[in-house]
Amino acid sequence: MKIEVLSRIPQLVIYGIISGSIITLGAIGLSLTYGILNFANFAHGDIMALGAFLGLISLALLRSLGIPQTPFGPLSFGPPMILAILMAMIFTGGVAIFIDRILYRQMRRTARITLLIASVGVAFGLRNIIQFIWGPLPQYYFKGIQLARKVPLIGVKIKPDQIFIIGFAALLVAILHLFLQKTKTGKAMRAASDNMELARVSGINTEKVILWTWAIGTALAAGAGILAGIENKFITPSLGWEMLLPIFAAVILGGIGSPYGAMVGGMIIGLSEEISTAFISTAYKPGVAFVIMIAVLLIKPRGLFGVK
Amino acid sequence: MAILEAKKIRAGYGEMEILHGVFVKVNEGEIVSIIGPNGAGKSTLLKTILGLLKPLEGRVILDAEDITGLDPDRIVRKGICYVPQTDNIFPSLTVEENLEMGAFIRKDDYKNRMKEIYRIFPELKERRKGRAGKLSGGQRQMVAIGRALMLEPKILLLDEPSASLAPKLVQLIFEKILQINRSGVAILMVEQNTREALNLAHRAYVLAMGRNRFHDTGEALLKNEEVGRLYLGG
Amino acid sequence: MESAVGVLNYMVFFAITAGIYAILCLGLNIQWGYTGLFNIGIAGFYAVGAYTSALLSGPPPGPLDWRTFGGFQLPFPVGVLGAIFISGIIAAFIGFLTLRLKEDYLAIATIGIAEVIRLILKNESWLTNSVWGMKHIPSPLYQPIQRGISGFITAHPDLSFWIRGLISNAYNWFYLAIILAILGTLYWVSERSIRSPWGRVLRAIREDETVVAAAGKNVFQFKMQSFILGAMIMGMAGSLYAHYAKFIDANSFEPLYGTFLIWVMLIAGGSGNSKGAILGAFVIWGIWAGTDFMSGYLALSATRVASLRVIAIAVLLELVLLLRPQGLLGEEKVVSKMMGK
Repeated sequence: MKIEVLSRIPQLVIYGIISGSIITLGAIGLSLTYGILNFANFAHGDIMALGAFLGLISLALLRSLGIPQTPFGPLSFGPPMILAILMAMIFTGGVAIFIDRILYRQMRRTARITLLIASVGVAFGLRNIIQFIWGPLPQYYFKGIQLARKVPLIGVKIKPDQIFIIGFAALLVAILHLFLQKTKTGKAMRAASDNMELARVSGINTEKVILWTWAIGTALAAGAGILAGIENKFITPSLGWEMLLPIFAAVILGGIGSPYGAMVGGMIIGLSEEISTAFISTAYKPGVAFVIMIAVLLIKPRGLFGVK
Repeated sequence: MAILEAKKIRAGYGEMEILHGVFVKVNEGEIVSIIGPNGAGKSTLLKTILGLLKPLEGRVILDAEDITGLDPDRIVRKGICYVPQTDNIFPSLTVEENLEMGAFIRKDDYKNRMKEIYRIFPELKERRKGRAGKLSGGQRQMVAIGRALMLEPKILLLDEPSASLAPKLVQLIFEKILQINRSGVAILMVEQNTREALNLAHRAYVLAMGRNRFHDTGEALLKNEEVGRLYLGG
Repeated sequence: MESAVGVLNYMVFFAITAGIYAILCLGLNIQWGYTGLFNIGIAGFYAVGAYTSALLSGPPPGPLDWRTFGGFQLPFPVGVLGAIFISGIIAAFIGFLTLRLKEDYLAIATIGIAEVIRLILKNESWLTNSVWGMKHIPSPLYQPIQRGISGFITAHPDLSFWIRGLISNAYNWFYLAIILAILGTLYWVSERSIRSPWGRVLRAIREDETVVAAAGKNVFQFKMQSFILGAMIMGMAGSLYAHYAKFIDANSFEPLYGTFLIWVMLIAGGSGNSKGAILGAFVIWGIWAGTDFMSGYLALSATRVASLRVIAIAVLLELVLLLRPQGLLGEEKVVSKMMGK
């Protein structure tokens, strides 16, 4: 192994953590809906894109309301961005609940494959609604390039925005953890994910649990979408589809229905993808996620923490 | 005084009718066993009573109230609880969380009830913070029954409580069931372990091919020659 | 009269494209309609078929090309057969890895595969010329027919406008005839095969594969056969497209055109029904191409209209799934060959 290649690895690890944080947020949401609603939601990536674009609208809205734009310290953005992220998360949850009401709810008892096909329709529909409104070209949250700073001792470079991404993702994950462990609804969600019928038989209102699942899962996805926008500098309508494969890989690696598995899976996929660029062409990065996914499916389909 | 009565039940899955007009009655404070060969429809009957299956015909009456065809989460609120044969716990939740889920719809403080459950199943108390999925078969069964008891039901439906348990544990589980019954809960139990089921029960029904074949007191059926020949191995 | 010629010529073009989609649908019907294999990687096989044809039949790499391989200038039938063959091989490889997976895992895996194929086609420019594409893919008998047409037109200078318009387009009629002939043959093959013992096993696998396994059949082998056959048909469609369009690039095979549309076609027409597959292809493509004219009437840009079209098709899919999941024609009532029809 060339020394040159090895020396790149610490930096790639940093990139992997950043990328992994975003994938993790997406994967948690997908794993939750997969475990509780029992189908693979192919529209999840486009929900992320929806969140990213709703963030854009929210930012514009806040700007027009005259809220001061001054950035926080070394970050590229100020209070409006935080507000915009929260608004986007709420709106996205609302849209997801709406879609569930008019579509998936009518199909609760149908085969998983039919739901999957329906979600493919939702995926293309959402993406093209976004494209209809904003066009196919990239959109920006803010202009300007941020310089990466060197971290002392370890000798890697990281941008303040990227530290925010990692920190914000970690914060959301922590909040989710508390919710799942300490609140009644959170426990009911975990129970329903384990065994939906038993949950019903225990008297749990499973329709309410389903709504919560959509709200939380897609809010996290929206967060992921916006963070991806901050990281990549721009967002496009096809953002979601591009991220779908690594996110699915993370969910399967972690085990369907296990949000904690998704967290671990997300980081592993992120790290694997970035570190692989030391050895193979960057263009094949998504291929890495795919190979890991196939390996999991062939060797241990339940993934690391799955129960199903 | 009948606490639960199912009359003329016809039910099945899709186009396949399994029960062709079955009846069963449980009086207050009784243990009633349902026995019979595989495929007789015993589990189907429990599911129909609980509303997991809607019957094609027939009535289910709980404490003089007609609950036929209601959704399970409504029926559960009226005082029937159910322990399925398999997949009857939440494996990724702790033992205590499993019990909490059992008490989900209670608005009051159920800590006392939980203490009561731990009294019946002291084995669970020391493991209450552990993941339910990591427990042994017998312990899981206790969690499953404990969860169902959290709502202080009038009647408990058990689907093959001794299935896949070691013989020593079978005895233990039946002892617990007796204990639960003594505390005032009626029991309707489907069982493969015919001898024990008849021993334990006040009354029992024999189901075969979706129809009632015999019903009598547990004692009488144990002594019944035909029942003995068909279901007790001579 | 003039516009009638234009319309007629457009109809030929429409029918050729719809026919190619119908072929794709028949391929998918064998995988999904008959056997219940959820393949989202259609675009992959389609692309493989097209590129194989291009590599076999196209001209060798020119000075402006990135690619360094291929271009053997072999005749049309070789191009098509090559496409079928290579698609089959790739399907065998993919099927070996993935067909043991459960339905939705298979779906996810096939997306991954389609993506990997797309990445390879896009990046290995030595093979595919990447986004610059492969040019000058020959259409069968193109030169002879075009010469015949020009010869005929020059020999008859006093032809009416519309006859001249029709005859100038005669090559497309010829290609349409090829497509329809292939479509007809595949339809016949589909119908025969579903009524055969082999077909009955496939159907049973779709219903409940555990029952079939319990009966002692090698479920995996049947799935492989169905998957490979379907993929070969998809590859053929790709090849027919390449030979018609004469130019392909990595962007021609976006997941949208390659996959989503085909699924909607099959579901709307009727999964498990070969007539439904063909009908669905023509109807949906009709809606798609028909709305193409809308961009003139709506004061919207072309990309906006394209997005509206996809939204409309997506809504159509959801309505079909909600209201008539069996599609227009529903699943065929198949009677075994032994019992006669």
